[in-house]
This record gives sequence, C-alpha cells and structure tokens, in this order.
Amino acid sequence: MERSFIKELQTIVGGEYILTDRESLAVYGYDSTPEIESLPAAVLLPGSTDEIIRIMRLCHGAGVTVTPRGSGTNLSGGSLSAGGVVLQSSRLNRLLEIDEENLTATVEPGVITSALHRAVEARDLFYPPDPGSMNISTMGGNVAENSGGLRGLKYGVTADYVMGLETVLADGDLLRSGGKVVKDVAGYSLNPLLVSSEGTLGIFTGITVKLIPKPRGKITMLAHFPLLQDAALAVSAIIAAKVIPATLEFLDKVTIRCVEEYAHVGLPLDVDAVLLIEVDGHPVVIAEEAAAVAELCRKHRCSFFQTAQNPSEALKLTEARRTALSALARLRPTTILEDATVPRSCIAAMLKVIQECAKKYDLVIGTFGHAGDGNLHPTCLTDERDPDEIKRAHAAFEEIFDAAISMGGTITGEHGVGLAKKKYLPRLVGESGIRVMRGIKQAFDPKGILNPGKIF
Amino acid sequence: MEYVKLINCMRCGMCLPVCPTYKETFLETASPRGRVALLRKLQEGELEQSERLLEFLSLCLDCQACASACPCGVNAGELVAEFTCQRKTEKGLGFMEELILRRLVPHPDRLESSMGPLRLYQRSGVQKLVRTLGLLKMFPRPLERMEGLLPELPARPLRQEIQEVTPAAREERGTVGFFLGCVMSLIFSDASRATIKLLSSLGYKVITPRNQLCCGAPNMLGGDLEGMKQDARANVEIFSGYDVDFIVTDCGGCGAELKRYGHHLEDESASAFSAKVRDISQLLALHRDELRTMLKPLELKVTYHDPCHIAHCQGIRAEPRELLKLVPGLTFTELNEADACCGSAGTYNIQRPEMSDRILKRKLDNVRSSDAEVLITSNPGCLLQLKKGLAEQLPQVRIMHLTELLAQSMEGESV
Ligand SMILES: Cc1cc2nc3c(=O)[nH]c(=O)nc-3n(C[C@H](O)[C@H](O)[C@H](O)COP(=O)(O)OP(=O)(O)OC[C@H]3O[C@@H](n4cnc5c(N)ncnc54)[C@H](O)[C@@H]3O)c2cc1C
Ligand code: SF4
Ligand code: SF4
Repeated sequence: MERSFIKELQTIVGGEYILTDRESLAVYGYDSTPEIESLPAAVLLPGSTDEIIRIMRLCHGAGVTVTPRGSGTNLSGGSLSAGGVVLQSSRLNRLLEIDEENLTATVEPGVITSALHRAVEARDLFYPPDPGSMNISTMGGNVAENSGGLRGLKYGVTADYVMGLETVLADGDLLRSGGKVVKDVAGYSLNPLLVSSEGTLGIFTGITVKLIPKPRGKITMLAHFPLLQDAALAVSAIIAAKVIPATLEFLDKVTIRCVEEYAHVGLPLDVDAVLLIEVDGHPVVIAEEAAAVAELCRKHRCSFFQTAQNPSEALKLTEARRTALSALARLRPTTILEDATVPRSCIAAMLKVIQECAKKYDLVIGTFGHAGDGNLHPTCLTDERDPDEIKRAHAAFEEIFDAAISMGGTITGEHGVGLAKKKYLPRLVGESGIRVMRGIKQAFDPKGILNPGKIF
Repeated sequence: MEYVKLINCMRCGMCLPVCPTYKETFLETASPRGRVALLRKLQEGELEQSERLLEFLSLCLDCQACASACPCGVNAGELVAEFTCQRKTEKGLGFMEELILRRLVPHPDRLESSMGPLRLYQRSGVQKLVRTLGLLKMFPRPLERMEGLLPELPARPLRQEIQEVTPAAREERGTVGFFLGCVMSLIFSDASRATIKLLSSLGYKVITPRNQLCCGAPNMLGGDLEGMKQDARANVEIFSGYDVDFIVTDCGGCGAELKRYGHHLEDESASAFSAKVRDISQLLALHRDELRTMLKPLELKVTYHDPCHIAHCQGIRAEPRELLKLVPGLTFTELNEADACCGSAGTYNIQRPEMSDRILKRKLDNVRSSDAEVLITSNPGCLLQLKKGLAEQLPQVRIMHLTELLAQSMEGESV
C-alpha cells in the first residue's frame, strides 16, 4: 500500500487509529478460525459513520479492498484480509436507544452482544440471540453472520430480530433499510440479504433490533440417557408434544467424559447422552411444560432426571454444558469446531455419521450442541503439528458435510461460509445458487472491494 | 518457553472482554490473544524482538483475568511474565536490581531500616512542604509517582511490634502460622493486627515467625527466579519448624506466591507448605456460623474489589463476599467489573502510569456508581493504588482491608 494512500487514511481516522506496523498486522492476520491466516496492509479503527463513509469513498476510488471486523471471533475466516484494509468497528460502541413503546433497540455495530442483553433486561425486555461468544462478539458481527445461540429453538436467530439497518455501501453511499415498523413491503426486502452477508455487501453502522418482553420465569432440567437413540427420541417427543423449550442442548459420550474429567460435575461415565432442557415463560405454563418434559424423558428411559429448585441449582445443572467447550479444548492443542446442521428429525442419524467418521479416520470428535434445532457442534481435538491427523480431520469433516447435505441439512448453521467452507457451498446451493449470489454481490459492490474472496 | 503452551491458544477471543488493556484500547496487540500470538510468532521466527513488540508485551498487567476466562487453560499474563523473566535472566540482574532484589527486599530488617528515613521524612513535616511546593516535580517521574502512592506510614512496622506467639483468646482449636507480608507490615499494619485478632478470637493460636523473609513476589516481578527460590526455601524451612495447621496470609500477592512454592521448588516439603497456605478469607469462611454470632451491627454501604492475586491467581471470589454479608446492618452491593484489575499490578502503576491511570479511573467510576461508602479489598497493592485514587477522585469513599472491617464489627466499633 502506498505511503501517500496511508497518509490519506490517517487524516480521516487520526494517527492513533491506523496500524501498519508488522507486529499489529501480524495479530490482525487471524480470527477464531483454525489454520487460516492472512496479512492485511492496514488496520483502521474509525470512530464514526462519517469516517467510514470517507474511508469507503477513498478505498473505492483507489480500488483498495476493505474487510469489516468486529471482535474477530467468527469461525469461518470472514474477517481476514489479504493485503487490504481491515476496518474494526469496536469504537462504534454506543447503545443509541431503547424504545420501550415500539419495543426496539438501536445500536452501533461495535456494541457487544451481552452488553445489549444487560441493558434491555434491566428494563424487563429481552433480546434472545445468545451465541456462545456473546461476551465478546459484536452486534455487527452477529448480523453479518446471522448468529444463533442456545435459545434458537424457541426464539430464532439474529435474522428474526433485525428490523432496520444503516449500511455504508462499497462506494461510500449510505443505505437505510427497514426500520421500526413491524410491517413493510415496500420493494425488495433488503434486510434478509444483508443479514448473513459476511461483510461482502456493506458495512453496518446502525442496527435496530426487535425486543420482546422478558420471560417471567425459567425452569432448568437435566436428563441422562444410557442410549443415544433414546435421547434423540426424547427430543422428538418433546417437540411433538408441542413443548418448545428455550434451550434443548445435548452432550455426547466423548464430551461427557471430557467434562467429567475436567470439571467433576458428577456426570456418570456410562451414559451415551445428556440433555439440558430449559423452559421459560409464564410460571403456570412452564410448570406444566416442565412436568411434560420430565414425563417424556422418563418414558424414553432416562437414567436420571433433575429439575432445579432454585437459581443456584439451575446454575449447577447448566455447568456441564457451559464447560463443554473448555473441557474438550484442553485435551489437545488444536480444536476444530464445526456446525453442520440437519433437520432435527435426523439428529440421531447425523450423530451416527459423526461417530463413524471419528472411528474411520481415527480421530477424537466430541459433539455437543443445540439438539433442539438440529445444529450440532462436532468438535475435533487434534494437533496442528501432526499434518497427517489434520488431513484425516478434513477428510472426516468433508464426509460429515456431505452427509448433512444429503439429509436436507446445511454445511453451516451459524458460523458462516467465509473462506473455510467456500469449497462446499456449490455442493449445497448448486450452480444456480452461486450465480444468483454473484449477481447480488455485483449489484451491491460492482468493483468487488468489500471483503473479497469470501463465501464464493 | 514451551511451544505447546503457545499453540494451546485456539484464538477464541473469550479472554478479550476481561482484559483491562483491551477494554481501554480495542487493540488486538493489547489483548491476551494478541500477546500469545506475538510470543508465538516470535518463537516461530516470524517476528523479531523489536522495540515495538517488547512495548506491546510490557503493556500487560499480569493480572491473569485472561486465565480465568480462557477455556483452554492458556495464561497469557503468565506467559508474558515468563518471557520477561527469561529475558532479564539472560541479561543478568543490574547493579540496582541486585541490590534491591537480593540484598534489600528479602530481609525485612534491612527493608524496614531503609524505610526509616521515609518515615522520618513524613513525620518531620518535610513531606508536606515538599508536596505543597511541588519539589517532587523536579525528580524523575517514577519517583514522584511512588511518593504520591505512599499513605502515612505507621510509627513502627508491625513485625517489630507483634509477639511471635499470640495465644488463642478462648479455648484453642488449632494453630496457624501467620505469613506477614512486607507491605502489610510496613504500611498496613492495622489490617494485619486485625487479622491476628480475628484468628485469636476464633480460637487459633497465631505464630508469626520473626525471621520469615519476603515471599519472593518482587523477585519474580523483577525477573529474578533464583532469588525467589532462595526466599522460598528459607520460608519453607522456617515454617516447618512450627507445628501449624494452616499458614495464613492477609496479603493476596503473598498468598498467590506461597501457594506456588511447591510448583517452583518441586520438592515435598515445599508442596506440603503450599498445601497449608490459606488466604485469610478462606479460613474465616470455615467458621462462618460462629462469626455470625460474634459480629455486631455496622450500618454501612459496602462494596468489594477482587484483587487479581486473590480472584484470578487463587480463584477465591465467594468467601470475601460471604464474610461481608455476615455483618449485621451492612448493605453489600456488587461492584460492576469487580474482578477487573485496579491498575496497580506490582510496579505497573509506576512503569506504565498512563495506562494505569486509565484502568484506575474505570475502577473508580464503577465504585462511584455502586454508591458504596466503603470499598473493601484485601491486597496491599490494591489498597495503595485505590487509596490514592479515592483521595484524588472520590474522597467521600473510604477504603479498608477486609479484616479491618470484620474486626471492627467484632469490637462493635463504629467505623
Ligand atoms: C467460542 C466461540 C463460540 C461461538 N459460539 C457461537 C454461537 O453459539 N453461535 C454463533 O452463531 N456463532 C458462534 N461463534 C462464532 C462468532 O462468535 C460469531 O460469528 C460472531 O457473530 C462474530 O462476531 P464478531 O464481532 O467477532 O465478528 P468478526 O468475527 O469480527 O466478523 C464476522 C463477520 O462479520 C463481518 N462484520 C463484522 N462487523 C461488521 C460490520 N459492522 N458490518 C458488516 N460486516 C461486519 C466480518 O467481515 C466477518 O465476515 C462462536 C465463536 C467462538 C470462538
Ligand atoms: S488465550 Fe484462551 S481465551 Fe484467549 S483466545 Fe487463546 S484460547 Fe481463547
Ligand atoms: S494478564 Fe491481564 S493485562 Fe495481561 S493479557 Fe491477561 S488480562 Fe490482559
């Protein structure tokens, strides 16, 4: 990148907020995606929408690529730039408004997800999407990846809450889509396109999300199942009984062993699966729902069932799920966390495929995740210093993705395509799918300067 | 440095939101994840030991908040400290470092007499004169800051005053060895007096060996691992001469260090020593039911700051809060970001004044919004830093060591 160009960027953001030194660039060369690194030429931390507009005009004119970044926790390489500008939105972190009449919140893109939770919950309101990374992920990142979370089964994902967006386009023009209205059919719906665009269509500078009333109560339950099949049947039975738990999380045998070894939470080592179930809502309704869940788990031969009687007991029951990732990640240096997703009726079949792949390729794969919505996290514990094992891991995941596709599922339920899953996308959406996506990209960013090389 | 410790970082970013320097800057280079990556790239030869790289690393407080948050067991603070220590060992101790770390700090009597002139300086009124005239501005900045941090010193260090054996004030239930931290003895002697009193009231005979040395933490900080081991060996030897059930300290920094003697010395007696070490809050919490009946009302609004050496290094969070809630009439409010570093961090507040002040300000803002009248903590570094900060920015709030408050409640004194 030319010095004069860097100087111009400097005058926009101020000297302190542009990084071009080797050391800084090196640490902006990664995000949470394993095995992928790529060096940018400059990192900018703009302080206002106006600065972003000016940056985009400048880069658009010069044909320099721009990759938006929040906290760099995505798992698909989406925030990495090869020789372009990385634009980190962390300084735009104001919570602009909580509108209690319209039940909306408007934030800047750098607002941390859990900070929004705290702010709205203090007013008895609720913003449900709660990715595992919510203490550090930004709202901009959540929208760009359409992040899900533990409460997805009942409450949906980020897309279900985005009402309005303010987006700086590739040429620096400002686009406003949606707003606070509940109904809006004026023209194409742009929000759904922008949500999950992974930084390739524009840079969000303002986000308006829908809020709902905070559930009045919550009941937490834990069940152990000696047989995997029974756990899967219990999940289907609960949903068939028209109980939609807020949380319906699953741990497999490998994960159970790791959790027990690491945290000693009292899980038996001879069970195949553990389900963590939470129902929330009106106290009278959830009492009924909890009773139904208990009965269905027992009917499907759970060997243990506990209902938390108070918040501290609830915290204890959720501990196994909360420590799942830590327990797995500690085992080996390298952790590859995937998010293949299938229709929930196929969960048991999918788990079987994962187990067979682990065996076939001689790998340790622990699986946990959102059983209720079919989104599993097969987590391969490996060592990047062992190229052969890494190769086998990739081969295993390739089979797992193919299986997910053949079951009518998807290669990624919430982590995005980015660089990591690019090669699998055509198998899922076909040539026509790619062609339409390319057309959309062309309409938004004809010069192709926004987060190039991602998705397709 | 073991390479595997560096590649254990899966770059998940869970440590970013708790890192004080990341929260202030939003810079990846000032985050735990970034620091581990810098060390890794250094080891892989992708980066060199440039001035800038060292500068980035030296911004770390070694507060270890990142270690508490990390799912993979990576401890970025400790890795940076290990790196710094290694570099210093390779370079060798300088003359001043040798003098201070090896000759002065380990020996309480020498340290105490070196503090003599300071005490005189404070008492003679010269301090006031110097402060008013701003004479210190003429000295180099670190000296000025150090001076500003010092509260009024007690007339004599506690170590010189305390009896070696304090009998149990009632039927004896056991014996504890009291590890009296240097700074506690020199500056916060009232708090350590309170600690001994609480222990004695609960039926413990308290032995405070006169000849105990510094815990060795300043040596670690100064990159002098060997000096630290010398102190550790001596202390293990000294305490093994007494038959004690526990070794108790009211200094978070000492506690964290003492608990690692076993790890550093890798021998049985050191491990046995470390296994007996308790922070005072841990021991008091064992007797919560009894304490409840002994404490008298204090109508106070109180909040608690977790010292890094207690919350992150020793994993103690519940006990201090539980103890405070035992005091009748006391209103406890949880401090926002209670376990975030106060910016003291050993000598960080002297070496990195600008960042330290930013971190301190954030802490004080949180104290302000907690609406507390008294801020409680239990580590001398935090006490020094916060005392100065409160005096300058929030004078209506007082600060006390946990044991001081509990002892006053036991006495029924109004605070
Ligand atoms: C331990 C762990 C647990 C996780 N758990 C979950 C989970 O439960 N559910 C889930 O869905 N994900 C999860 N993730 C993935 C990740 O946290 C999410 O994708 C998150 O939304 C990323 O947010 P971020 O701020 O880190 O964004 P980044 O990683 O910085 O960026 C993500 C993408 O968004 C784009 N982007 C960022 N800001 C903007 C902006 N202002 N405008 C336009 N584009 C932008 C970037 O270009 C990039 O393509 C997890 C990750 C980790 C490491
Ligand atoms: S140090 Fe730990 S918490 Fe931080 S990024 Fe690495 S693995 Fe994650
Ligand atoms: S020790 Fe403290 S300052 Fe250093 S990286 Fe960890 S959290 Fe940040």
